[in-house]
Amino acid sequence: MRITCPICGTRDRREFYYMGDAVYAQRPGAGAAPEAWDDYLHLRDNPAGVTRDLWFHEMGCSAWVIVERDTVTHEILSTTLASDAKGQGA
Amino acid sequence: MRFSGLRVLKEGLTGNAGWRPQWRSPDPKPEYDIVIIGGGGHGLSTAYYLAREHGLTNVAVLEKGYLGGGNVGRNTTIVRANYFLPGNSEFYSHSLKLWEGLEQDLNYNVMHSQRGLINLFHSDGQRDAFVRRGNAMVNQGDDAILLDRDGVRAHLPYLDFEQTRFPIYGGLLHPRGGTARHDAVAWGYARGADTRGVDLIQNCEVTGIDVSGGRVTGVQTSRGAIRAKKVGIVVAGRSGQVAAMAGMRLPIESHVLQAFVTEGLKPCIDHVVSFGMGHFYISQSDKGGLVFGGDLDFYASYAARGNLPMKEHVMEAGMTLMPMIGRARVLRSWGGIMDMTPDGSPIIDKTHIDGLYIDCGWCYGGFKAVPGSGFSFAHLMATDRHHAPAARFRLDRFRTGHLVDEEGTGSQHNLH
Repeated sequence: MRITCPICGTRDRREFYYMGDAVYAQRPGAGAAPEAWDDYLHLRDNPAGVTRDLWFHEMGCSAWVIVERDTVTHEILSTTLASDAKGQGA
Repeated sequence: MRFSGLRVLKEGLTGNAGWRPQWRSPDPKPEYDIVIIGGGGHGLSTAYYLAREHGLTNVAVLEKGYLGGGNVGRNTTIVRANYFLPGNSEFYSHSLKLWEGLEQDLNYNVMHSQRGLINLFHSDGQRDAFVRRGNAMVNQGDDAILLDRDGVRAHLPYLDFEQTRFPIYGGLLHPRGGTARHDAVAWGYARGADTRGVDLIQNCEVTGIDVSGGRVTGVQTSRGAIRAKKVGIVVAGRSGQVAAMAGMRLPIESHVLQAFVTEGLKPCIDHVVSFGMGHFYISQSDKGGLVFGGDLDFYASYAARGNLPMKEHVMEAGMTLMPMIGRARVLRSWGGIMDMTPDGSPIIDKTHIDGLYIDCGWCYGGFKAVPGSGFSFAHLMATDRHHAPAARFRLDRFRTGHLVDEEGTGSQHNLH
């Protein structure tokens, strides 16, 4: 599996660290209700198909990348810098 | 039809003409008291214990493919009770006791082999952690023996004791740990449930869960609607999809875990051995193949096949630990879909819908739990009370903070 880093180009999957669902980019505020934290930390849509998850280009440019991906075929559909996606409902 | 030595002899002398299919293939009835979704190890054992322990036989198991075609047929067959945390410790201890009586109970040869499990450690810190784990196992009433380097050498002379990168300090031996024939476990439970009157319905995919007034009333399937007073979801990696049919969102992310088997070799590895400095564990099947595996591929996946980086890592770890396996040829590798929870422990609980129960989140440790999970889930479904050894496997424990985080790695699904 190869992932296209928006900064570095197409790289081996081993250069990246997988964090989980892109929901990790939407951290609740400090005063959020326990339910919001449960939602953020634990509950997942877990789709068999297209998903968006958060990868860290650990052995490259250290960018956080949101990868749109198919969990059944392992096809990479698109990649975006998490910093660009922020504020756009990442 | 009971199996016995005499029966094998008689059939052998009469052309093996007397063997019959071991379970029926009934059409679904319009209504059951209990419907179990999922005909894998856990679903079949649940049905068996519902019938045997609670006398409930108006039960159907619905399987979208064939019985035992999922993770129970795709694992590395390890059976153990070497857990540390309260909650896990008593549950796996109970499950191992069920394993020890399983063949007599089912009248089925599941080839349960208590050949001993050795977890190696490679530093003083790891040693301390294993001493603590071993004490927890002994306190639970199970067995654990701390081996020093020479003790490990006596059991496993073929390890690379000379290498300096990851020196072997010793190991924790769990003598009652071992392996079992995975398919036979599914078949034995299937036959036991069928004999007691449970309908095992294959090629029957559940497409919807009917709920009325906060209470489950049945399921929609590819073979028509089936009414039920109680429904249990036992679908491992597909838990997210099936729970979504009832409007539920689970604390689960599905990941792929790979395993490997080599060509058949003469007996050389007598135990189950795990490496403490890389994710690698190995045993040898009775057919002679070396069966081994490693960690998850680490990204969410339903592909049932893995990628090359984890294959490379597993092979490297194996070669670091036991270079003698380097000439063995790998015949097959495969991937199973693991229902990973954020604390690495499973869920056996009711849901917010009356009559709807769920058993999931076994991560990559579900095989050894097949008897215990079925026993505890059957208890819950039959009595509406949690079975004591599984009482901490609650669905709401993540919200309430009562996590059972055996590895202490925090709330990230792929780290357990």
